[in-house]
Amino acid sequence: MLIINCPYCGPRDQSEFSNGGEAHVKRPDGSKEIGDREWGEYVFIRANPKGLFYERWVHTHGCRKWFNCVRDTSTDEILVTYKLDEKKPNLNNFKSVVKTPSGEPEVGSGNFTVEK
Amino acid sequence: MKKKYSIFSLAKNALSGHKDWQKMWRSPEPREFYDVIIIGGGGHGLGTAYYLAKEHGLKNIAVIEKGWLGGGNTGRNTTIIRSNYLWDDSAHLYEHSLKLWENLSSELNYNVMFSQRGVMNLAHNEHDIKEIKRRVSANNLNGIDSFWLSKEEIQKKVPIMNTDNLRYPVLGASYQPRGGVARHDAIAWGFAMRADEMGVDIIQNCEAHQIRTKNGTIEGVETSKGFLRANKVGVVASGHTGVLAESAGIRLPLQSKPLQALVSEPIKPIIDTVVMSSAVHAYVSQSDKGELVIGAGTDSYNSFTQRGGFNIIEDTIRAMVELYPVFGKMKMLRQWGGIVDICPDASPIISKCDIDGLFFNCGWGTGGFKATPGSANVFAHTIAKNEPHQINSAFNLDRFASGRLVDEHGAAAVAH
Repeated sequence: MLIINCPYCGPRDQSEFSNGGEAHVKRPDGSKEIGDREWGEYVFIRANPKGLFYERWVHTHGCRKWFNCVRDTSTDEILVTYKLDEKKPNLNNFKSVVKTPSGEPEVGSGNFTVEK
Repeated sequence: MKKKYSIFSLAKNALSGHKDWQKMWRSPEPREFYDVIIIGGGGHGLGTAYYLAKEHGLKNIAVIEKGWLGGGNTGRNTTIIRSNYLWDDSAHLYEHSLKLWENLSSELNYNVMFSQRGVMNLAHNEHDIKEIKRRVSANNLNGIDSFWLSKEEIQKKVPIMNTDNLRYPVLGASYQPRGGVARHDAIAWGFAMRADEMGVDIIQNCEAHQIRTKNGTIEGVETSKGFLRANKVGVVASGHTGVLAESAGIRLPLQSKPLQALVSEPIKPIIDTVVMSSAVHAYVSQSDKGELVIGAGTDSYNSFTQRGGFNIIEDTIRAMVELYPVFGKMKMLRQWGGIVDICPDASPIISKCDIDGLFFNCGWGTGGFKATPGSANVFAHTIAKNEPHQINSAFNLDRFASGRLVDEHGAAAVAH
């Protein structure tokens, strides 16, 4: 179970939060011109990386505010949480622990808390 | 050489202390070039290679697997098999699979322990009753065995179930007698052995790093054992399919999440059918060893950790204990997670794509095991003929542009 650092309330148990999927998804411009395929991509396709991932959470059973987060999906380690109006952090600031695209990280999931 | 299993071979090998059994498949080093490379050595991938060799006469095939055979979701699911899906497209696909399951042990001459003990889907409220009865009728129109059971009939079949004294009482159920369970490893091993006999190279500990393409055509796969050229590549890598597609510049509508399951300590036979409940989110069957095999849900967030959150198991156990108070003091032996790739419409993708020679069989989400032989069979057809089989033509990638989805969120037996 994750401990999530709400930018408004501080660290709380994951059970207080709901996940909102990929963050920073932009609705395409020129809605009259673009075709079904581009619309389909906007509606149905989201990033699904193994490694660093921008995502949204909402503190459902707390302040009920939305915020963004960078999490490593190969270990579930939460690297940073930030408010919606803050600039999105550069992923180069973080070290990805996945060496090959579908390989496993050296430190198993959840164990990063022990390692550090 | 063809390996035959019978009561005589068992007796003969028993006399020599089971030391002389043949290896079930070779472990060859990869060749430079293959007609077809299948990425993913689970049931679906090995089955695809088997049907490519058997029904389409292709011989120069490799299956590459980053771990060991059947070590992914094939070995991590709760082995439930049924075909009672709502829409025609899904019903045909899963029924095709169920029919193959019924003959698979004799076809492979390898016991996949397919046990047609029936599958029950419980209704806990007025809406469930309407939805489930509608599904039963739709199944009957498609020629699939499916019945409505009253509460009394359920009590007779599963006397240990608490039907009345719980927050969401059991009001009835659908029942598919031809449904059941099978041995998960056996399906991978059986397909692997028979594919290997037909010349398929099964290469374990060989991780696909990148799918290489040139001018919209497939070139091959960059792997941990070097670059393998291929005319065609089929990706059947469940949770990691999206990652591999990305390496070829293809974005798939998949989200990868952990799906958990757990087993109890073994006990005497107590439940002789499969019971699933969507509303209270628990499903259970009993393995031949006597363990209760319990399925939980997916986490709400994307993850590749093969582990899953504790709150998910807590929910499932709570529902289990309420439905079956007799299990209240049992100990759980093991818990694990597998990474499933979930599609927006909870239906799979068995399709070619923009790149010539590149094929995907993915998006099985939380219920791919039941489809193993059927999925492999139609995927082999799709790869060999460069066009879908009639059965999987609806499960293409174009549906996310055309909007012709196959929405099966209701038939995924538990809401994920």
